Order: sequence, then C-alpha cells, then structure tokens
Amino acid sequence: MSSIAKKKGFGATLWDYLTTVDHKKIAILYLAAGSLFFVIGGIEAMLIRIQLAQPDNDFVSAGLFNEIITMHGTTMIFLAAMPILFGFMNAVMPLQIGARDVAFPFLNALGFWLFLFGGIFLNLSWFMGGAPDAGWTSYASLSLASPGHGIDFYALGLQISGAGTYIGGINFLVTIINMRAPGMTYMRMPLFTWTTFVASALILFAFPPLTIGLFFLIFDRMFGGNFFDHTMGGNTIIWEHLFWIFGHPEVYILILPAFGIFSEIFALFSRKRLFGYSSMVFATVLIGFLGFMVWAHHMFTVGLGPTANAIFAVATMAIAVPTGMKIFNWLLTIWGGSIKVTTPMLYALGFIPSFVAGGVTGIMQAAAPLDYQLHDSYFIVAHFHYVIVGGVVLAILAAVHLYWPLMFNQMLNETLGKWTFWFFFIGFHCTFFIQHFLGLMGMPRRVFTFGANQGWDTFNLISSAGAALMAIGVIILVINIIITVVKNVPVGNDPWEDGRTLEWAIPQPVPFYNFKQTPLVRGLDTFWIEKQEGNKEGMTYAEPVSDIHMPNNSFIPFVMTIGLFIAAFGALYNGEKDWAIPVLVLGLAITLGSMAVRSIKDDHGFHIHKEDLMNDEGGK
Amino acid sequence: MKTTMKEGFDLAMMKGLKKWRLFSLLAALTIFLSGCGEEYLSTLTPAGQVGRDQFNLLLLSSAIMALVIIVVVIIYVVALVKFRRKKVGEDVIPKQVEGSHTLEIVWTVIPILLLIVLAIPTVYYTYKHADVAAMDQVDEEGNKTNVTVNVKASLYWWEFEYPDLGIVTAQELVVPTDQKVYFNLKAADVKHSFWIPTAGGKMDTNVENVNQFYLEFDDASASLEQGVFYGKCAELCGPSHALMDFKVKTLEPEDFNAWVETMKTNEHVAEGELASQGEEIFNTSCIACHATSGAGTTGGMGPNLATFGDRNRVAGFMSHDEESLKEWINNPQLYKPGNLMPQPETINDGEKFSEDQLDALAAYLMGLSVEK
Repeated sequence: MSSIAKKKGFGATLWDYLTTVDHKKIAILYLAAGSLFFVIGGIEAMLIRIQLAQPDNDFVSAGLFNEIITMHGTTMIFLAAMPILFGFMNAVMPLQIGARDVAFPFLNALGFWLFLFGGIFLNLSWFMGGAPDAGWTSYASLSLASPGHGIDFYALGLQISGAGTYIGGINFLVTIINMRAPGMTYMRMPLFTWTTFVASALILFAFPPLTIGLFFLIFDRMFGGNFFDHTMGGNTIIWEHLFWIFGHPEVYILILPAFGIFSEIFALFSRKRLFGYSSMVFATVLIGFLGFMVWAHHMFTVGLGPTANAIFAVATMAIAVPTGMKIFNWLLTIWGGSIKVTTPMLYALGFIPSFVAGGVTGIMQAAAPLDYQLHDSYFIVAHFHYVIVGGVVLAILAAVHLYWPLMFNQMLNETLGKWTFWFFFIGFHCTFFIQHFLGLMGMPRRVFTFGANQGWDTFNLISSAGAALMAIGVIILVINIIITVVKNVPVGNDPWEDGRTLEWAIPQPVPFYNFKQTPLVRGLDTFWIEKQEGNKEGMTYAEPVSDIHMPNNSFIPFVMTIGLFIAAFGALYNGEKDWAIPVLVLGLAITLGSMAVRSIKDDHGFHIHKEDLMNDEGGK
Repeated sequence: MKTTMKEGFDLAMMKGLKKWRLFSLLAALTIFLSGCGEEYLSTLTPAGQVGRDQFNLLLLSSAIMALVIIVVVIIYVVALVKFRRKKVGEDVIPKQVEGSHTLEIVWTVIPILLLIVLAIPTVYYTYKHADVAAMDQVDEEGNKTNVTVNVKASLYWWEFEYPDLGIVTAQELVVPTDQKVYFNLKAADVKHSFWIPTAGGKMDTNVENVNQFYLEFDDASASLEQGVFYGKCAELCGPSHALMDFKVKTLEPEDFNAWVETMKTNEHVAEGELASQGEEIFNTSCIACHATSGAGTTGGMGPNLATFGDRNRVAGFMSHDEESLKEWINNPQLYKPGNLMPQPETINDGEKFSEDQLDALAAYLMGLSVEK
C-alpha cells in the first residue's frame, strides 16, 4: 500500500487526481487551479495598467476595459485568492491537528470541482460573446442594463463556484470541531488552524446572502424576475446590501488565513512562541464577528442617512482595535527572538508595514464624511490592494515557499525566492502607494481612460511601471518552481529546522494516510516541545499501530459538477435558444442522478492493515 | 493653502487637537498634501466649507495614523536590528514568552482613545453634512431662501434643473458662491454618482429614490485656469463612465442672479447666414431631443443646449471648438461608446452630415449663449 512512491503513467495519474478524495492531493489541485486563475487575473491587471499608463490611451476599448476590470476583480477574489488559501488549508490544517483527513473527503473533492468548473464557466464568457462588465460588485441597475450574456456568466459561474466554497467551509468547520488529535484542545490549536476555523465560520454565514443575491440576479436576467427592476417595484439598493453583507466578511475570509500563515511564520523563524497566543485567538474571533457589523461602510454615499452612516463608521473603526492587537503581538513575537530571514520570513516582514499602511487607510475611510471624498476614487483602489496584495497575496507567496517542502518534499530556491520578493514588494508599493494620491487628486476608479493635464499623468505612469516589476517577480517565481520540480531534491521533514507545530513532525513524503499513529498533543507548539525534550521518536503517540480506515476514491464529485456546468448553459440561453430548457433539465438530471447513486450505493472504504503499516517505512 | 486650520475646526476641537500635540504634524501634512493636484479638481484644495471639513478630517485621520505607523516602525526596526540570528547567535533558544497582560491592555486602550478622537468629529460632520433642513426654508413672500438644483444623471450626461427659478441647463452647473447650494440627486437610467472633488464628497444618484445634500463654494471660478471646477461621475455606469464629466461655474451672488435672469428671458436669434442655416438643420434633426431655451423644466431627451456656446467642453470632455463639435456630431458612438445620441445616419436621411451642414450646425450651436 505504499502508494506514493509508485511510478504511474500519465493516464493513471490523471484518473487518480480526477477521483481523489485525499486532502493532500485536493490541496495540490486547488493550488494549481488557483495559480492558473492568478496568472489570468494578473494578465488582466497588466492590461489595465498598460491602458492607464498614459492619458487618452486606446490600447483597449471602453467596453473591453470594463470587462477586464470586472474579470480581474472577480477572478482574483473568487478564483485565485480564496482557492489558493483553500489549497493551503487542505494541505496543512488536517496535519496541524493530527487528523487522518478532513471530515468529509467526498465533499472536499466536490467543493474543488465546483469551484473549478464555476471558474471555467465564468472565463468561457471571453469566448462566448463577452465577459461581464459591471464591475466585480455588479451593482444591479448596471448589471440589469448590461447587454449580452456577460452578467449571466458572472451570476451562474459564481453560483457554482460559491457552492464549492460553501461546501469547503462547512467541511473545514466540521473537521476542526471533530477531528483534532487527543490533547489538541481549542487553545492549543495553531493559529493557522484557528484562522481557518473562523474564516470557515464566516463562509458559513456570508455566502448565503451572496447566493440569494445571485439567484435574484439570475431570475431577473434569465427568467423575467423583477427583484431589482425599480420600474416594476424592485429595488437596486437591496443588491448592494446583499452583496456587501457577503462582500465585507469576504475580505476577512481572505485576510484571516493570511494572518494565520504569518503567525506561523513569525513564531517559526523567530524560534519563539507566538506572543499573546490567547489574545491572538480572541482578536481573530472578534474580527470575524465585527466583520458582519460593518458592511454599510461600502455604501456611505448611497444615501442611507446620517444615523446609519455614523453607526457603521464607528463600528468600522472598532475593527482597528483587534487588528492592532495582532500587529503588536507579531512585533513582540520577533522582539527577543532569533530572527532568521528566510524567504517566507521576508514576506512576513514585508507584510507588517504594507498591511499597517492598508489598515490605516481603512480607518480613514471609516470616517464617513471623509469617505464621501475617498469612495469610488483611486484612493479606494490603493487601499484594498494594500490589504489584499499587501496582506493576502504576500501571505500566499510566503506560504508557497513555507509549505512547498511539506507538500512536495522539495525546497524552492531561496535566492530566487528572495529575488521574487524584492521585485514583487517594490513593484507593489510603486504601483499602489501613488494611487492614494491619484484618488485624493480627484481620479475616480474604474475609468477606462483619463484626459491629459488633469495632474494625473506622471503618477499613472509610475503606477504602471510598478505593475511591470510585480510581473517580473511572479515570472521569477514560476522559473523557481520549474527548476525545483525538475531537480526534485528530497528534503525530508522539518526542513526549516525550527518547526513548532504538528505538520512538521510528519515524515516525508507524507504517507497517504498521514500519521501512522495519531499523535498525542502535549501543549501549544507540540512538535517544538518534543524536540526540546529530545524525543528521538519525533512525537509521542496516542495509540498503538492499528488498522486504518480510508475512504475510496470517487468519480461522482466530478460528474455531479459536470451536470451543473451543463445546466448553467441551459439557464444562460433560456428564452433564446430552443435547446436551452432541455439542456438545463439534462444537466440537473446528471447532478441529481449522481447524487442518487452516491446515496444508494454503499461505499464503506477500505482498511490498511496493521501488518502493511508496519512494513511501510515512511509511516512513523 | 489658502486657508488655515483655524477656520476648519470648531474651537472645542482645536483644544482637543492641541492636547494631543498633533498640531505641528497636521501643519506639516497640510503643506505636503496641498502640493498635489490641480486647483480645480483636487480634494486637497477644497473650494468650500464642506470640502474643507472633509479635508480637515483627512488631516486629522492622517496625523493619527502617522502616529500609529511611527510607533510600529520604531518597534519593527529595533527588533529587526537587535534580534537577527546572526547577532543573537546560531544556537541560542530564545525565552519562550507567553505574552503580557499589561502590554495587551496598553495596545488595546491607546488605540481606543485614538479612535475616539477620530470618531467624534466623524459623527459630528456626518450629521452636519446631511443636514438639508434649510432646503425648504422660505422668506416672507414665500420664495425659497436657498438655491436648490435637481441633478438628473443619464448615460452619459448631467441635467441641472433649478425648480424654484424655472430654468434648466446641462453639463455645466452654475451656482452662486458664499451660500449653501442644495441638491436633489436622481439617475434616469442606471446608477451614477455626483462628485465635485474640490467642493466636497460625492453622493450617489440612485434609480429609485432622490438623495439630498448640499455643497458650498467660496469664490467665483473665473479665476481658475479654465474658469470652471471639474465634476465627475464616480460610479461605474457603462463603457463611457470615464467620459461622464461635467463642469461647475461658480458666480458671485449678483452675477448668479443676472445669469438666472438671462436664462429665463433669453430668446436666441441665430446671427448670420451660416448660423441660420444651422438653425434650420437643427430644427429638423436635433430639436426633438435638445432644447435651446434655458427657461423650462426637466424632461429633455438630450442635454439642454441653451448655454452651449458658454461651455467649456463639447460632450462633456472634448475640447470646446468647432472641430471637436463637428467630429462629435458626425460620430457620437466613436467618441463616447454606449451613449444614446443617434448616429447622424438615423436623423439625416441615412447619411452623415456634409461638411457644409456641419459648419452651419457648429456656427449655430457655438452661438447659443446667455453670457455673450
């Protein structure tokens, strides 16, 4: 049963990945698909900056520009940042809590395929009559007025991939609640597990409003509903509320796991326990809670009235307190430590000033009357790129370097890693810092061009130059990955040498059943404790070697997803093509049929027997 | 900077500021920030009290945030310098500190205090800038005491109706200085957002309800580089969102009253043969959508052209000369994609306007004026 070392043909490998329910392989799928979308979104970003490099440019047309910005935002949030984070959650979290796998491996696979095919569906719009063009927020009056099928692709694609995210979120919640190893109490969970937990809870409550909003939009556009059509008694502001009740927590769904990743990095590369662990946990939960109380700060200029604006302004400011706690706890973690500046640590150190800058501009925008000026200007563009790139993307890049040896038993080249960092980091600040001032100087966001001599020319050129540097950084990373994969030098476990948490205790390459014996967790940073006590075994175990129950691979998640994918085309062309309704029915039938098969067919999985485990060298 | 901090803040707030010793930081920021941007467009050169209040809030929040950044940077740099592994020693295991209750309290309480300093003026100005109670005030004779403008945002142009004065114009807002000007804002098709950066923050024009707010302007705009402030649409509204600009002309109250009078009474007569020819073409092809009299109310399909000759731009963003005007008339879709002005073929017997027709139209349109 030592499956991983076995050489397999391409077809067998492909089939393995299409049917896998192993969290480690699903993690690789998430990482690969998310990276692909990240590159697509990045190319869209470059097109935007080329267009805006000089005034009155005609590199892309007005309508196409709106499609590009819409797809850039939608792709980066829904198809790149979130899936890549899901990849790391899948790769790391079950190992961090000493679990065999996630609670529902089948659903884990289903969640991935739904995300992927939702994303593919959305991007097919480019080749099928035009992409959505109403911005990633897709405000109702404009999205209803938008001609063509772009918005339909947006609504249906996000609905499908959103279902995948929702399934993933529930899965992580159940896993963390139920599958922790003996001794892994809540207050011993590593911060990345904690942030995964809270982010999943946010998904649980934030995605339903989006689902409802998207269904309204689907009904309005494809089936003649009137939820948002004000001439028929609908209301467009409802969309804004639904979108932002989802949209604001979404920001925390992204940034909390990023916080988790950096918390791991600071402790690991300072050789020091995370300072104020319990207050970090408290701050995470508090941020998650407050994240639901502030959505209307995206709507200060909508005309909700001074009372609503004042309440949401003050509530928004309150989020600064737990976030500030986190920053100071990180600073005090490295204070008095032994700082080793590896590539992941470099990202973490770059994150602090970047995120603080993005955070403080957030507070400025919380001041509602000031936000009347800043809203929908380039100041906002600068702000959210500071938190999302300066926070989430830096965390993702840090995690790629940090967890690459855990996922692939190889080490990315440190020198190239540092080059990536410096190009990306300098490029990032060059691109976005200056945009604060463009906003203050009166430049609205989402403009496909701008007239010369409004005082914006130089700053826009600088911004575009910075974007080129970021692109170079990403290209170096791609080269680094290719070189590393080709060389394929195994590194073994605990490659950073100061690993503190359980995932670093697992042998490399990681056996498909994870820990042979479930470990006993004796405190926070459990692996560190064992190492300090000179435990030659690596870990203390909670059970003797015994049979392990594993789930079977399954092709059903893929088929279920294909059904929805087909059905979406039916919905899209409803009322336009004769085949629309039959296709819609066929697609749904495939999905429901495969659900029936899943329900009726008993699949008890299989057991790895004790004797086989004993012979398996890797599994200690 | 034309103004000092003193004008910007209530006296009580000034005392608060001094106590926090942010004043010198604020002054430095003011000088730095006002160096950026154009006087007619930048939020950093406020042209009236609303903009100034918001600018002061920018200064205050920037100063508080600068303070936070300085503290973070100091700890960060010192930690990085002192605790590098090279310095600490390769094999040293640092003390595993759990945390510190005292420190946790310090960095919880101090931010809360700083936020309170910011929250108080925030709430105060939120209510102040939303106060439109004076909109309906009347004098003894029952006339409105304040100027109110009904703004209608359409794809991709702006209509400005003065309901109490019985006049309407488009693309170029004309307002009096030294008084609050009230706005009723609504969109005609999709959502837009009305923004005059120098005068103050934006307010959305929703499709289903009227939003209200006010702005103030200190000085006549004649002294500016182009004699106007710039206005922008700040909400994505379609392909030509970026081109949905408008201009704002501010006049001393007596000049404004004179302008209103001319708007009400002006009967335009085309001057010269060419312009008369243009008027004829206009009356067959264009008048269905474009009115040429400033007296009236809202309801035009296209922008009212009564003040066309006085304006700063053609179609809101092209330079104001006959050449641009002729290009625009003969191919509006090329210059402003997605706009609703008919292509010439649909209103001129299936053909583009000839060069002669265009010359005549341009002569006529450029003559439409209430200021000359």
